[in-house]
Amino acid sequence: MIRIDNLDVAFKSGKTSKHVVKSVSLSVAKAETLGIVGESGCGKSTLLRSLAGLEGAWTGNIFLNGAAVSAERTREQLLMAQMVFQDPYGSLHPRHRIARVLAEPIRAMGLGDGWSQVPAALKQVGLPLEFAERFPHELSGGQRQRVAIARALMLKPQILLLDEPTSALDVSVQAEVLNLLSDLKDEQQLTYVLVSHDLSVIAHMCDRVLVMKDGVFVDEMTREDLQAGHTHSDYAKMLFEASMI
Amino acid sequence: MPVPDQDKILTVRGLNVSFSRSAINAVDNVSFTLGRERLGIVGESGSGKSTTGRALMRLLPSSSKTSAEELTLNGHPLLARSEREMRSIRGKEMALIMQDPRYSLNPVLPVGKQIAEAARLHLGANAKEAHGLAAKMLERVRIADIERTMKQYPHQISGGMGQRVMIAMMLLAKPQVVIADEPTSALDVSVRGDVLALLDELVRENNSGLILISHDIRMVASFCQRILVMYKGKVVETLTRLEDASHPYTQALIAAMPDPRHPVRRLRTLDRTALDLAGETPR
Repeated sequence: MIRIDNLDVAFKSGKTSKHVVKSVSLSVAKAETLGIVGESGCGKSTLLRSLAGLEGAWTGNIFLNGAAVSAERTREQLLMAQMVFQDPYGSLHPRHRIARVLAEPIRAMGLGDGWSQVPAALKQVGLPLEFAERFPHELSGGQRQRVAIARALMLKPQILLLDEPTSALDVSVQAEVLNLLSDLKDEQQLTYVLVSHDLSVIAHMCDRVLVMKDGVFVDEMTREDLQAGHTHSDYAKMLFEASMI
Repeated sequence: MPVPDQDKILTVRGLNVSFSRSAINAVDNVSFTLGRERLGIVGESGSGKSTTGRALMRLLPSSSKTSAEELTLNGHPLLARSEREMRSIRGKEMALIMQDPRYSLNPVLPVGKQIAEAARLHLGANAKEAHGLAAKMLERVRIADIERTMKQYPHQISGGMGQRVMIAMMLLAKPQVVIADEPTSALDVSVRGDVLALLDELVRENNSGLILISHDIRMVASFCQRILVMYKGKVVETLTRLEDASHPYTQALIAAMPDPRHPVRRLRTLDRTALDLAGETPR
């Protein structure tokens, strides 16, 4: 479903250049969940943003569903992968009602006005229909993240890119959102790439985990490795122990 | 309820907090005592755990109403203090470490100056002494390049470093009660352990009492000697070990945490209606 060969991302400002993602390669099968774990600043979000088409300054090859994509995406390519951001407070327009937030992707893609699809979208993430008339500030953090997930699913993407989807939430609400994501995946055969700094969330959700440090992958763990606590590098071991406090 | 240390610093009995005209108590009849120990307060957002912490510091807005049968620090009632007296207590005898250093540090003042301010205010140090004390404190919280860090502004340092600065600032005057409100939830998991260990070390050294407020019950359990579990403003359970949890709310909180060693297909979520039906009777 996704293949990345030798992806490099470097941010330049004036004469200084910061090499954030260093020649990484990965592939994700259809309906698989890949986790990427690492500390702040390791380049995991940048990698995800490059996949989503939000980052233009990359070199290398990205294939979505077998077709190579460039930094400039066509509408069809953009439809394929959608993103859910970390902060549900910051990622919804504060002065748009939920219905408008949800209809926006349809409108932006020129596929109609999208209003008719709002009720189904709310239902799919377990929110009552009355919420369509509300503003984001009238929702709790967990409800807002549900709206963000519904918005990402409006265009019926095959790939969902999740950037720390629950780190702004309480553990009890986190459990609800993670369950929702698992259910949606089973229903729609979605492919997930989940980025987080919390290994316990990643281990719960993912079939395979890549550990990222300073722009490169230093370890890869399968579901069985995670359950048994097997790591193949010191850094992964350190992360594993830190998340087990 | 047995108290590990008989030397009580803080006594709270029947604490109630309500906001403006709301009939609901955000904190409802909360009682506990704090000795020279580590006490955890656990609950979801809106359970009243942070409000309890702020009520102890008397930091709630004037539109709120705080009342208690007893709220004493070393035997002296806190609620009767004037705002002026409170200002000399805050930071000196009681300190509050807040969640996100990016928002709780002054953005337009170098961090060195902010730490030195604590020394000037509470220890009566002059500018030069305060600078020295601040540098010493930064060394204690294991910041490598002290002189450079002191000149930096909060946005120039990382979250973990910011929280160390916050701890340095708050513990400089060796307060007897330290309230840490989600001190690690804005931080990466990998830095979390270091910050907690540091906090523990300094609190033990000063022989103070620590109240750790968090929604992460596993972390609190590994760090604290006693845990208060709060739900809808009430303390529903007091625990010394997680295994003893008997209240359905506490059990649900524990089950909601993903654990790689015990994988489940679906995480258990809180069944709020069932909880409300069962009645939140404190045990």
